[in-house]
Amino acid sequence: METQFNIDRDASWREELRKRLKTKDRTLRERVKMLEEEPNIRNKNYFEVNKGLTEDLAVFEAERCIDCPEPTCISGCPVGVNIPTFIKKIEMRDFLGAAAVLKTTNTLPAICGRVCPQEKQCEAMCFYVQKMKKEAVAIGYLERFAADFERNSGKISIPEVSSSNGIKVAAIGAGPASLTFAAEIKRLGYEITVFEALHDIGGVLKYGIPEFRLPNFIIDSEINILRKMGVQFVTNFVVGKTASFEELRSQGYKAFFVGSGAGLPNFMNIPGENLIGIYSSNEYLTRINLMSAAKEIFDTPILKGKKVAVIGGGNTAMDSVRTAKRLGAERAMIIYRRSRIEMPARVEEVKHAEEEGIEFLNLHNPLEYLGDKNGRVCQMKLQKMGLGEPDKSGRRSPVPIVGSEHFVEVDMVIVAIGVSPNPLIPQSVKELQISKWGTVIVNEETMQTSVPDIFAGGDIVRGGATVILAMGDGRRAASGVHSYLAKS
Amino acid sequence: MNKIISKHHFSENVVQLEVLAPYISRNRKPGHFVIVRIDENGERIPLTISGSSSARETITLVIQKVGVTSSKLASLEVGDSILDVVGPLGKATHIENVGTVLMAGGGVGIAPLLPIVEGFKKAGNRVLTVLAARNKNLILLENEIRKHSDEVLIVTDDGSYGNKGLVTDGMEKFIQKEKIHSCVAIGPAIMMKFACKTTQKYNIPTLVSLNTIMVDGTGMCGACRVSVAGKTKFVCVDGPEFDGHSVDFDEMLQRLSAYKAEESAAYEKYLQNLEK
Repeated sequence: METQFNIDRDASWREELRKRLKTKDRTLRERVKMLEEEPNIRNKNYFEVNKGLTEDLAVFEAERCIDCPEPTCISGCPVGVNIPTFIKKIEMRDFLGAAAVLKTTNTLPAICGRVCPQEKQCEAMCFYVQKMKKEAVAIGYLERFAADFERNSGKISIPEVSSSNGIKVAAIGAGPASLTFAAEIKRLGYEITVFEALHDIGGVLKYGIPEFRLPNFIIDSEINILRKMGVQFVTNFVVGKTASFEELRSQGYKAFFVGSGAGLPNFMNIPGENLIGIYSSNEYLTRINLMSAAKEIFDTPILKGKKVAVIGGGNTAMDSVRTAKRLGAERAMIIYRRSRIEMPARVEEVKHAEEEGIEFLNLHNPLEYLGDKNGRVCQMKLQKMGLGEPDKSGRRSPVPIVGSEHFVEVDMVIVAIGVSPNPLIPQSVKELQISKWGTVIVNEETMQTSVPDIFAGGDIVRGGATVILAMGDGRRAASGVHSYLAKS
Repeated sequence: MNKIISKHHFSENVVQLEVLAPYISRNRKPGHFVIVRIDENGERIPLTISGSSSARETITLVIQKVGVTSSKLASLEVGDSILDVVGPLGKATHIENVGTVLMAGGGVGIAPLLPIVEGFKKAGNRVLTVLAARNKNLILLENEIRKHSDEVLIVTDDGSYGNKGLVTDGMEKFIQKEKIHSCVAIGPAIMMKFACKTTQKYNIPTLVSLNTIMVDGTGMCGACRVSVAGKTKFVCVDGPEFDGHSVDFDEMLQRLSAYKAEESAAYEKYLQNLEK
């Protein structure tokens, strides 16, 4: 089958490029190292930890890619980025061209280049990993490089948009799923409005992921492109509450995409969990990231902890513990009930955390929290865990070691053990089919729900996944909506 | 941006703002609240809606100055705007004809109680209302409450208006007099705690409306969590109204004090800056 990739690969410039360096010389190179801020400086500020690649480093790394005739990397990308073509454009030093290739399938490349778990996706499928047992081409670093180069060049390109067909479509929530949906449906010529409950656009990218991992100006710059494409944003609007679906239908909206996220933090329901100083990671990060609570001139308060325990082993746990460290914690600890290898966080995040002085109490589980006379948490009771047989997730399950209970002093605890789907939309549309976990049930190809004009994607469907999977859903939903509206 | 259309001073520290909010004015029901943020540097706080006019496309909010944000809100004048107003949030009050209902409003809690009083009256109930406050100045909306109540009793801590006493004294009076089928109590947490203790003695089902600390108001953060019948509930999406006899008020009172130190320091600084 003649795909865009094949057409690109057969181009004469690509053939020449392949001849420029021998494959063997390409594969002998070591993978490039990301430039990083010094751990002992960065753990006191909010500057981005990863500083990106220089032009020369990016070209050097791009040259490692051997331009496989049948590349496997693309199959690892939920939005099907044409990876070899953008990398070869970098090798050609056509950095703007590389960015243009990225943007044909990925509207938020500067974000994905920073927060996608590439090591589990495209890079895991790279020839180097699959066949040579070597480190993958740094696809994520290169994606980020191309997107940053374009933004810094001042020549940022606005994707082409078909002329308006006048059909109104709404997206609910302004996180990665909806933003991708909005861009894709706008390209097809629809009039798209994104309704957001909070006062700012970006969803989890804004309230959840800290500045030191994903600076807000990067998000705003990518959102600005959507605005320039003609995507409309309405903040402070909770669809189902501020206006019902029925009301929006009567205003002419012909289809809806629900990307309202998994906004309901889980707690362990153990004694003392409602003491003062115990936050959900959502609350802690929202106060810091969205509300700027740690900055003097902002009114939102935040408690500061000297001895902070973060419960959980995912990326959100890493974000929380590294934030607490930056806010002056003397002891910032990860408490996780399994061992290091079972931690769901990205390897890079765990490495960064460790470099910054985070303590890891693996194979520990909290049983109870105790408070002082003012009701502020002052101690936690931990139990040591062993590892037993693999559970449903395929990971070895934690088994409590009886008699290992002990107390650790803490003055702040952040619970980062996952989220449940937000109930607001299911509550407001009674006919919507919901799974027993509270997620919205969809047709996986079209992302259509049991209500024909309502589509859904991201964490409201998946119950807690990644930015890129949410974006993949948004993309699929856009074509789902397009064919649904073409029929009706 | 939500423009302020009118302002009324109940007293030096309590004001009512009528705010332009077209969608919310159409869709809000008794019991609903909004989250507001005054300006770019502001915090997000929940305020229960005390009334609305769909003709004027406005909602009314009653604010008592207790800290920085409430003082900033109370200082806004007609023509000023509140940057963000989102809602209506929470579950609406379940209103039905149950017979005789006892309404207990404490201080600014009288404002959100008003639409509920009105609702229960319209549903055909006999409505007996106790209004309680520290002093005469803090008894709000008396005429409006009277309009929708069969009987009204007023109690103040200092006896400056109505009977001298606590809300529970007023409630006891009605309970001794006739058969009460259910009760709604809204006010400061401590007032609701004792109102519930009173009705519990007589097995009168009691609804309370909780005003906890919130950030997003849509279930995302969990700041508002309370224990109800031993289970953790989120006031913003599971409430704000709960069975008062099942609420752990002591825990709620403790959680309300989470930022006491930070808040009073910020308030002092705010007041000092005002004087400059």
